[in-house]
Amino acid sequence: MLAKLKRSAEGARVPHHKGTAELATEKMPLPEKIVLPMQQHIGAPCTPAVKKGDTVYVGTVVGTAGGFVSADIHSGVSGTVEAVDSVHMPNGAVVPAVVIKPDGNQTPDPACKPPVVTDAASLVAAARACGLVGLGGAGFPTAVKLSPKNLDQIDTLVINGAECEPYITADNREFLECSDTVMRGVAAVKEYLGIQKVIFGIERNKPEAIDLMFSLTKGDSSYSVQPLDSRYPQGAEKVLIEKTTGREVPRGGLPSDVGVIVMNVTTVSTLGKFLDTGMPLTTKRLTVDGDAVTTAKNVEVIIGTPMQDVLAFCGVKEDMEKLIMGGPMMGTAVFDPSFPVLKQNNALLAFSGKKAHLPAPGPCIRCGRCIAACPLGLSPVEIAGAFTKGDVDGLNRLMVDLCMGCGSCTFVCPAKRPVAQTMSLAKVMQKNGGKK
Amino acid sequence: MEPKKLVVTASPHIVDQSSTRGLMGHVIIALMPALVASAFIFGFRALLVTGVTVAACVGFEALYCVLMKKPVPVGDLSAVVTGLILAFNLPATIPLWIAVVGAFIAIVVVKQLFGGIGCNFANPALVGRIALFVGFAGRMTAYAFPETDIDVLATATPLVAGKSLSSMDMLFNLAFGIHGGVLGETCSVMLLLGGIYLIVTRTISAAIPVAYLGTVAVLSLVFGQDVVLQLLGGGLLLGAFFMATDYVTSPFTLKGKIVYGIGLGVITCAIRFWGNMAEGVSFSLLIMNLLVPYINDLTRQKPLGGVKSK
Repeated sequence: MLAKLKRSAEGARVPHHKGTAELATEKMPLPEKIVLPMQQHIGAPCTPAVKKGDTVYVGTVVGTAGGFVSADIHSGVSGTVEAVDSVHMPNGAVVPAVVIKPDGNQTPDPACKPPVVTDAASLVAAARACGLVGLGGAGFPTAVKLSPKNLDQIDTLVINGAECEPYITADNREFLECSDTVMRGVAAVKEYLGIQKVIFGIERNKPEAIDLMFSLTKGDSSYSVQPLDSRYPQGAEKVLIEKTTGREVPRGGLPSDVGVIVMNVTTVSTLGKFLDTGMPLTTKRLTVDGDAVTTAKNVEVIIGTPMQDVLAFCGVKEDMEKLIMGGPMMGTAVFDPSFPVLKQNNALLAFSGKKAHLPAPGPCIRCGRCIAACPLGLSPVEIAGAFTKGDVDGLNRLMVDLCMGCGSCTFVCPAKRPVAQTMSLAKVMQKNGGKK
Repeated sequence: MEPKKLVVTASPHIVDQSSTRGLMGHVIIALMPALVASAFIFGFRALLVTGVTVAACVGFEALYCVLMKKPVPVGDLSAVVTGLILAFNLPATIPLWIAVVGAFIAIVVVKQLFGGIGCNFANPALVGRIALFVGFAGRMTAYAFPETDIDVLATATPLVAGKSLSSMDMLFNLAFGIHGGVLGETCSVMLLLGGIYLIVTRTISAAIPVAYLGTVAVLSLVFGQDVVLQLLGGGLLLGAFFMATDYVTSPFTLKGKIVYGIGLGVITCAIRFWGNMAEGVSFSLLIMNLLVPYINDLTRQKPLGGVKSK
């Protein structure tokens, strides 16, 4: 009650739709071509490292990191570079892309050897060589995350297994199918970065994963498993840190400011795999679901595979009208089904009919449900008001910059207003000092 | 697969089932028990007054929007709610034309002139009631039972008359609304039923009614008034559950709602105990309605990460 007085932070009671939670991952056959856009992470785009006609192998670098905050991109097939082209990203940006035609042999690159890791620096180098990014959806380069300026003050590693988005069960499968590499990756980060405590944050709607992690960490007091309420968005970084450690990341700060590093379970598991095999990030598990999909599945997909191939593998209905990469709350609607699967994708959702369209918005009735739902305790209705007036001071005072775009406000709005979209526009206005 | 046109929207791509019409529908359902009770207590004329007021509210809203070339919003049912609540604030004996004047003030003056739903500065039905109360004081307090012959009961509200009744009789009369008053305020049991329905369906938060009723109860105790009479007599329950919880004119946050409820309780008691009116709910609501923007400003939540960096 007292906490509610300070901040309601109810979140959104989203439906779970985790029908694929029990489905073991199926491996997809080789596609006819793969397309690797040079932007599959937050940060500087990569530069193509190959040219038309080059021969590449599984694990060959085809895009070199364009800066510190960036991550190499590797081929997931052996074959020939068909073109170095450009693609339209779903957000409209045009980036270079490497198109590769597989030869069907899947020959691994002989250069891919397990890395020698002895300390923090070599672990960061391994994450860099793996081309690893945050696989929960954000795509933040892991090498950067693992090298905070205040490494000596980091005492807690939080493993994000909340998977609070509806439909997606890819992280759940990672726990159940790859628990050894999860533990391998966690142990490596813990040991080489000198972190004392590891907390697994898992939503209660994944009881199998919770049980498994409890049994795997039993007897070691530096590990703990924290079951979380199944209420969206438990997996949002700042929310997760507060729920698991009680610490509050300051405005404009990073988790490392409160001594925490948060890693998604699939990310840490992929790091574990790389330490064992030296094979960089070239495949990804996707949950393919939605009412326009015939058979919902968890599928292991080679990164760069066109989405329409994945849909064809699972079966897609003729009347598909919307295709989303990621979850329904924060995922991006794709305008072209030939767009490739990216590193940070964890789901592909196809919707038809009514589900593909949002209801028409009406006038705001100032019911305050957006405020009650906001997991950060922001005031979307008042932010929308300040935005309409162009009141930048108001936006600063209301701290719109904290908004992470989780979409809870739009979800609960009875007037069906696109509140989260207004919040994003307001953030831009605040940043630009008044221009819409 | 041939390329097809896909729908592209900003996230989120799913929304819940709630709607403005659904919320207003819940309020209408919650008002029904009290309406039925009023028909039993005051007779057919209670239904007639209610029907006329609702029709007038919806009609004025439609007419105004057509004249102003705005989309007609009557489908959201908010005008029906305004009509019902306004009717509940009128005595069953009210001449129908006065009810229509009240509807005009509520819908056109208070709601639409300020921009329609979500933009009114005070509860439309409340201002409609107050305008009629000020303008037609005699007729607004003619708390008669038109279709019964019991003239004895055609008296003022129990807040004025109640002290002469014995306590068991009084409790029974208050619970089932066998006493004078405007047509929707008298039957406490039915109002409570509706209020609980609103809370259970999460249409309203319990914070405002609990804080409001709690404050009135505590102040009644402190100042030696009859607590039951203060809670169940007059328009307190109608005000606390159905009028104070109007979304537009109540604060956003839990803290704000509690402050608002306490403020309502204090002003209501001040008017009832020391003012020259028997009833204080309407004016306390109006005063607190006007303070809502300031309450919102002072009771904002502290965002997660609202601490300054370093």
